[in-house]
Amino acid sequence: MPDIELKKIKNYALRDLNVKVPNGELLVILGPNGSGKTTLLNVIAGLTDYEGTVLFDGSPVDGVPTNERRIGYLFQNLALFPHLDVASNVGYSIRLKRKKTGKIAREVDELLELMKIEHIRHTYPKNLSGGEKQRVALARVFASSPEVLLLDEPFNSLDIGMCRCLREEIRQIQRELGVTTIFVTHDLTDAKEMGDRFVILNSGKVREVSSKETLSNGGDENRSHGFQDCPHCTVECYCKMKDTSGKDD
Amino acid sequence: MKLRSVMVGIVPVIALIIMWESIARLNLLPGYIFPSFSAVMEEFYHLAVSGVLFENLLSSLFRVLAGFLFGSVAGIVVGIEMGCKEIVNRALHPIFSLLYPIPALGWAPLLMIWVGINDMLPIILIFLCSFFPVLYNTITGIKGVDGNVIKAAKTLGASDGEVLTTVILPLAVPNIFTGLRLEAGMAWRVVVAAEMVAIPMGIGALMMKSESLLRVDVIIVCLMVLSLMCFSFDRFFQYIEKRLTDGWR
Repeated sequence: MPDIELKKIKNYALRDLNVKVPNGELLVILGPNGSGKTTLLNVIAGLTDYEGTVLFDGSPVDGVPTNERRIGYLFQNLALFPHLDVASNVGYSIRLKRKKTGKIAREVDELLELMKIEHIRHTYPKNLSGGEKQRVALARVFASSPEVLLLDEPFNSLDIGMCRCLREEIRQIQRELGVTTIFVTHDLTDAKEMGDRFVILNSGKVREVSSKETLSNGGDENRSHGFQDCPHCTVECYCKMKDTSGKDD
Repeated sequence: MKLRSVMVGIVPVIALIIMWESIARLNLLPGYIFPSFSAVMEEFYHLAVSGVLFENLLSSLFRVLAGFLFGSVAGIVVGIEMGCKEIVNRALHPIFSLLYPIPALGWAPLLMIWVGINDMLPIILIFLCSFFPVLYNTITGIKGVDGNVIKAAKTLGASDGEVLTTVILPLAVPNIFTGLRLEAGMAWRVVVAAEMVAIPMGIGALMMKSESLLRVDVIIVCLMVLSLMCFSFDRFFQYIEKRLTDGWR
């Protein structure tokens, strides 16, 4: 699995952005709405124009088309194919590799079992619940055997129980496969549960890079701003808090 | 339940036929001006057995199918290009916007001079009337495909061609078929008009000959055949569309 490095990335939403994600790490990108989180993922996936360089294992991939970047991208709205049933959605990338029908079916079965969605294999996306859609989208992403996993606020539409459950599952699979992962969210709870390291993004710039300890404990300064005690704390609170503490300094 | 819904559709037709037959039998108008349903059916039988109806219908059908096939294939191909490539869309849109409003039959005098009065005349007219509805519906269908779904396909490893064939076109099918169904009706209207004006063989020509002989019964038989053909074409495309989109729409 590759290291990812972004050097001086600049476009309509990002401003001279530099980020490095070591091999196998799960990096969380935190930031309020409009901070450039999704654009950052699109840059890595080659889905949007940019200036600067994206390196996978030290090699630039700027000219490499999206379909050859070996990316697994879980979109915010999941983007399931509405005209394909669950099994066909999951098997989409495997079919593109022109594998034999029997092999495709076996791989799809394994993934459906892994994500506990065998019972809905012939169901179309329009008839799935939010949680089921999420699982199908994840299974579809893992089916493509990605070397880099990009997760764009995947738990947005889920209830707390489902969210916790999926967080644990994704984290477990990510660790098992050792996939270099970038997880975008504006929810601090998701971030703290999932991440190895954290990048706070605001207005297209990296404001801070934190470890789990600094983000979770936050020091006396963070505590004094109620960051730890806020039950539904989002990164907007965090950024606001940082702004205030900056002014205090 | 199904029987009931079928009856709801059939009863008014039967009532109309009974009313028609009863009025005709009152002899308020001479039989050659307003023939009864049974007289029309009798003429239908004669025309069918003698082969006159079949011969004329085949001529019209051939023209409709030829013009329709070329028009729809061209509409779909150009529609795909215009829907997928903005530069092509911008280049061709002004020309098509100027040509589209011209009624297909408006081309008839020009085509009579250019191609003469032969089978090509109605075929080209049908081509012209078929091309535009399919073109615009294909463009609408392609442009209506969710951009995230296209991005998802790319991240899963699909090349541009694979995105087109496995995602964009299947999702544009409902719109393309709307265009095909629209043009199928139009094609029959145009062929009849062209045959009435210039062609000696075909349903339209048979109607014109019957008019000069005051054979209202034959004209009504022709109208019934036309109605049946339009209805069959519409149902055929409805069936194919349902087969292609069943489950996900």
